[in-house]
Amino acid sequence: MVTLNDRISCHTPNQDGTTTQEYFINMGPQHPSTHGVLRLILKMDGETVNDIIPVLGYIHRGIEKKAEAVGYRQQVHLTDRLDYLCALMNNWAVSAAIEKALNLEVNDRIQTVRTIIAELQRIQSHQLWWGVFGMDLGAFTPFLYGFRDREKITEIFEKTMGARLTMNYFQPGGMMYDIHPDFVKDIKEFIKYFRPILKEYEDLFSGNIIVQERLKNVGIIDAQTALAYGATGPVLRASGMPLDLRKMQPYGAYSKVNFTVPVGTVGDSWDRYQVRIQEMYQSLLIIEQLIDNIPDGPHMTMKYAAKIKPPAGRYYTQMETARGIFGTFFVSDGNDRPYRMHFRTPNFNNLWSILKMAPGGRVADLVAILSSIDLVVPDMDR
Amino acid sequence: MKSLSFYIHNLYQNQQWLDFILYLGLGLILTLSLMSVVALVLVYAERKIAAHFQCRLGPMRVGWHGTLQTVADALKLLLKEDLIPKAADRFLFALAPFLTVMAALLSLSVLPFSLSATLSNMNIGLLFLSAISGYGVLGILIGGWASNNKWSLLGAMRAGAQLISYELSMTLSLLSIVVLSGSLNLNEIIASQAQGWWIWRAHLVGFISFVIYIISSTAETNRTPFDMAEGESELTAGFHTEYSGMRFAFFFLSEYVNLFIVSAIGSILFLGGWMPLHIGEWESFNALMDFVPGPIWFLLKTGALIFLSMWFRWTFPRLRVDQLMRFEWKFLLPLGLINLFLSSIIALGGFYFFP
Repeated sequence: MVTLNDRISCHTPNQDGTTTQEYFINMGPQHPSTHGVLRLILKMDGETVNDIIPVLGYIHRGIEKKAEAVGYRQQVHLTDRLDYLCALMNNWAVSAAIEKALNLEVNDRIQTVRTIIAELQRIQSHQLWWGVFGMDLGAFTPFLYGFRDREKITEIFEKTMGARLTMNYFQPGGMMYDIHPDFVKDIKEFIKYFRPILKEYEDLFSGNIIVQERLKNVGIIDAQTALAYGATGPVLRASGMPLDLRKMQPYGAYSKVNFTVPVGTVGDSWDRYQVRIQEMYQSLLIIEQLIDNIPDGPHMTMKYAAKIKPPAGRYYTQMETARGIFGTFFVSDGNDRPYRMHFRTPNFNNLWSILKMAPGGRVADLVAILSSIDLVVPDMDR
Repeated sequence: MKSLSFYIHNLYQNQQWLDFILYLGLGLILTLSLMSVVALVLVYAERKIAAHFQCRLGPMRVGWHGTLQTVADALKLLLKEDLIPKAADRFLFALAPFLTVMAALLSLSVLPFSLSATLSNMNIGLLFLSAISGYGVLGILIGGWASNNKWSLLGAMRAGAQLISYELSMTLSLLSIVVLSGSLNLNEIIASQAQGWWIWRAHLVGFISFVIYIISSTAETNRTPFDMAEGESELTAGFHTEYSGMRFAFFFLSEYVNLFIVSAIGSILFLGGWMPLHIGEWESFNALMDFVPGPIWFLLKTGALIFLSMWFRWTFPRLRVDQLMRFEWKFLLPLGLINLFLSSIIALGGFYFFP
């Protein structure tokens, strides 16, 4: 059996004749920069990270197994607890999968509102990421700025959905409630407020020489490797691969709007940073195009209490969340509960790209890289 | 202090030992109380300033506008259980915080608050200060080592490398002022600025060495963007990860006292210390400025520098270790050497303004 100690190369002679020894150090499960209970075992030589062994499972809740025990309508509630920063997009993905199995077409109003809310959540998720990114690089102020602005979106959500983090709002066949009368007005106010603030984000942080020194040419991954590791979302797009399901397989109301998919060139932390900042601008653009003409219609196309029994078969739907492709796969045997439910979560696949990015860098680089991948740990373990 | 000592001296003319003991005792008590007051005020100020940079209120609950918050925190730290990790080196672990506090305390004793309020008016004051500030790193190194924690050790090693490197630039920038003023005595350095403060009196040289001093003193006090040793998001808390209760409070206290000390040195060397602000021939303005007592001037200038340092901390992210060292050895140190050379030319030729 190979133990950890066998993986250490002892007493490597350096150029100047001195010898150094590698050592293992635990980063996490309790560490401020792993944002949750991710554990990384680092093989280090001084400050240089030579190897990484991610250890998962500290927040495994058996959600896929639980999904087999509950009805189709209740799957939505489980998906909230995966990537809690993209709760609504996960809701949408699972609802869409069930709708596809039932061969159910939802009306334009539902599609438009879902798209608007998904884009709002993308902004919200990126705001939080921006704040936390600042904190991981050692600047505390961006964290509070990010949260201040995130609060505005949370309030819009709260008005319509009555919840702030785990919304359970999208249901198979529509939405749980209709939108709040203030919905349109609030969002317009938010857009007017947030555009200059986004400029301020860039002035405060992107323009800083220290930030650029810390991020440029740190944690480079090329598109081929990123694809091979299964990375999606901003991590892949920063390497120059314009893979965005909103463009490639338009769902919701995305086929009706004009937007561009920001891509990077080098694939370093700086590109991942820029891609996310540009995505916020694009999301604002998408919302602006949709907000003025939300079509009329019912917000639900199914009877609420109806038991959902999809015909036997296998169904897969995928969507672009703030972190990458979220896929829902389920096997139905014709009953009111799925035979097997599987989630393809973006964070689990994005995590492994650090195996290519981090070795050779410093501990500080690893922190910047981890933050630039924007991991949500409950989404990995499920 | 000096007048007080003369008074006591006259009273017991033939009992010099009593004079000595009284002077020492009073001095110690005053320095210690100054230290705790400085720490209390600065911790509160930092929390409030940070809060307002970040669009929030900061401490508001304990006392009027949270003024008693630091007192409450200090009490909490006093009452906390004193934990020493099982695998730690017990003696060194306990020793480290005291070394750090001692360095801060010793530096405080030579600062001139006004012409008369100087505890110890040494003729080698500046040399003493730079020696003591080099000694402060010992506590951090020992603390990180004795904790027997890899993260702490990383923090301590970073601190050691960083403090020793930045000590060089700091000393170089101090030296150029020593060359200009021709003295190591802090009071004489201040007196040499009667015609104008060194920051603008010595052409660009004074200003450059002021900038070098501000950068390297930020690094000396382990504050963002140079807070490698703590590096909260990287090393959890760096060298004091394993410390809790009063031992942690000592590290915390000395950090803020050090901030006060480096700002005080900055104000003494570059901004004229307790010297009032005078502008050329404006007689009535100058007379009005003279009316403000020296210690007030000193504290105002020091406060301005402390605010600058806090501004840095709440705006900048942290540098990486190798970038930090590159900046010091490849940029700051050569600049400091050139600056020292230029200042010698200026001092020799007497080229400065208001000779």
